[in-house]
Amino acid sequence: MANIAIRMQGVRFRWRPQDPIVLDIPEFQVAKGEKIFIKGPSGSGKTSLLNLLAGVARPEAGDIDISGHRITAFSGRQGDTFRADHIGFIFQMFNLLPYLSMLNNVTLACLFSDVRRQRALGRAPSLDAEASRLLQHLELDVSGLASRPVSLLSMGQQQRVAVARSLIGGPDLVIADEPTSALDADARQSFLDLLFREIAETGSTLLFVSHDAGLADSFDRSLAIADFNMAETER
Amino acid sequence: MAILKLSLMSLLNRKATVVLTIIAIAVSVTLLLGVDKLRDQARTGFANTISGSDMIIGARSGSIQLLLYSVFRIGSATNNITWQSYLDLAADPRVKWSIPLSMGDSHHGFRVLGTTGQYFEHYRYGGKQKLAFAEGKAFDDVFDVVIGADVAKTLGYGIGAAVVVQHGIGAVGFVKHEDKPFRVSGILRRTGTPVDRTVHITLKGIEAMHIDWQTGAMATGRITSADAIRRMDLPTDTITAILVGLKSRTTAFSFQRHVNDYKKEPLLGVLPGLALQELWSLMSTVDKTLGAIAAFVVVSGLLGMTTMILAGLDGRRREMAILRSVGARPVHVFGLLVTEATILTLVGSLGGVALLYLGLFLARPLAAEMLGLNLIIGLPSPRDVGILGLVVGAGFFAGLFPAFKVYRQSLADGMMTRL
Repeated sequence: MANIAIRMQGVRFRWRPQDPIVLDIPEFQVAKGEKIFIKGPSGSGKTSLLNLLAGVARPEAGDIDISGHRITAFSGRQGDTFRADHIGFIFQMFNLLPYLSMLNNVTLACLFSDVRRQRALGRAPSLDAEASRLLQHLELDVSGLASRPVSLLSMGQQQRVAVARSLIGGPDLVIADEPTSALDADARQSFLDLLFREIAETGSTLLFVSHDAGLADSFDRSLAIADFNMAETER
Repeated sequence: MAILKLSLMSLLNRKATVVLTIIAIAVSVTLLLGVDKLRDQARTGFANTISGSDMIIGARSGSIQLLLYSVFRIGSATNNITWQSYLDLAADPRVKWSIPLSMGDSHHGFRVLGTTGQYFEHYRYGGKQKLAFAEGKAFDDVFDVVIGADVAKTLGYGIGAAVVVQHGIGAVGFVKHEDKPFRVSGILRRTGTPVDRTVHITLKGIEAMHIDWQTGAMATGRITSADAIRRMDLPTDTITAILVGLKSRTTAFSFQRHVNDYKKEPLLGVLPGLALQELWSLMSTVDKTLGAIAAFVVVSGLLGMTTMILAGLDGRRREMAILRSVGARPVHVFGLLVTEATILTLVGSLGGVALLYLGLFLARPLAAEMLGLNLIIGLPSPRDVGILGLVVGAGFFAGLFPAFKVYRQSLADGMMTRL
């Protein structure tokens, strides 16, 4: 149990009672520290899977455990707190709040989580210092870019800020939802390299969803959603 | 605290719409407070028009009409009081002092009031303030004139200026008593009451004015000289109204009954306080309407704010999803929007207060000069604070609407919003 990051058992999910089942997962496991690639074309139930793992959607049957916590037993409030403490997210694009500085966009992850704040403060004297450290590791010129509105950063830079946010305070699990789809091929590879390097440092598990099978080789394991989802999908 | 900071940052990021929204709220709050303040000051100024008189007596008509022509110098009397009745009433043992008032003429649109020296002795306004002379003195001679501050200012009269009194009321009289050499003997200090717009002359002066005039036209050929008039005994036949001060206020009702039951002619005695209230209650419709309009302007300001927040929501789905992903609960997202609405209203209200004070400071000299209204600029009253509290409370409630929408949306969207 201790070495399992994600376990889903007998999970069935649909958005509304009148809709068809979109996810039917008898068994799905991800080991702790594993970097798993999930190929999910649109319509494959990818969004549903991510919402379930985030705890913002609930299955009508089955159990989901993350780091040994049964998140399907949580109340909404416990789920939100658990997500804040244990999961970092990287989205496809527009990851940053335009009204926050680069550093504040990173430390935002500690705003709703005491656990991650304490852990971040264990590594550096202040949250900003920890954020700068992470950004520098991700090869961002912190002193040069900090004063610039985040909306003026390049897409590659924005995605790296998002990585720093997902990693600050060392969450158990990082979920990346097509984070490279807006990047060109060169930027894509260097983004992956940096992501892997930092994931290795924090020891987090990485669940990486993409439709770009070309990236799959760099991961420990690669799966298609259809491999573990028994539901009939529409497209 | 985190939510407050996020709201502020988020608002600062949308400066243009936010500033416009705040201005809209500020202007509406200024209007609301301004109308309330003016109303308050008008009411006070109104109540301050006359004080110290225990009764106003005129020919029988309505109490408001009597108040209007005797105190506010608006409109005219339908009938007069004989001098004999005045003497009778003035001699009543309950009466301490009495001021006869005779009206009906004007000077460049300002009312001419015939009275006696008693007027300057006993007339009171505001908090029982006595009339004071800015220059000169009360009348001494038949042709002496005492003018109010507005008259002096508008017509540019100084002491000794010649005054030609017109027959009848109106700025453009067609017959003028040009033959009588009235001179300004005194200018009263500003009172903020209709006294400022009154030309005071003696009762004898009123009679003198009308010598050589018969049925509204000047008699030809026979013009009486000023000196001859001074030597003449000019008895007053009729006056328009009487202001009375009683020895004891407890006799007010019995004296009022005495006046109203006066046998020789039909008279009406009114208590100024009651009549003022009656008049004010007539005006209160206007007063309430103004208040309601101001309140609706605030409502429209808040609606504008709600619209602004609602219109921005679609563009902020991403923002909400990011917040949810870092662990913000739906209630945080809800709080974020309510906080935004509250901040907007609060800043708008404070801006409104600032605008109001700016306006008051700028308007004060104008209001004093043009309206005779002495604007009192003080700290916001508990009532003002209460109004502001209501506005901010309303802003909070207006914010609940978009907040609830976002709350629902963020529950439904989860975090994986597609763009």
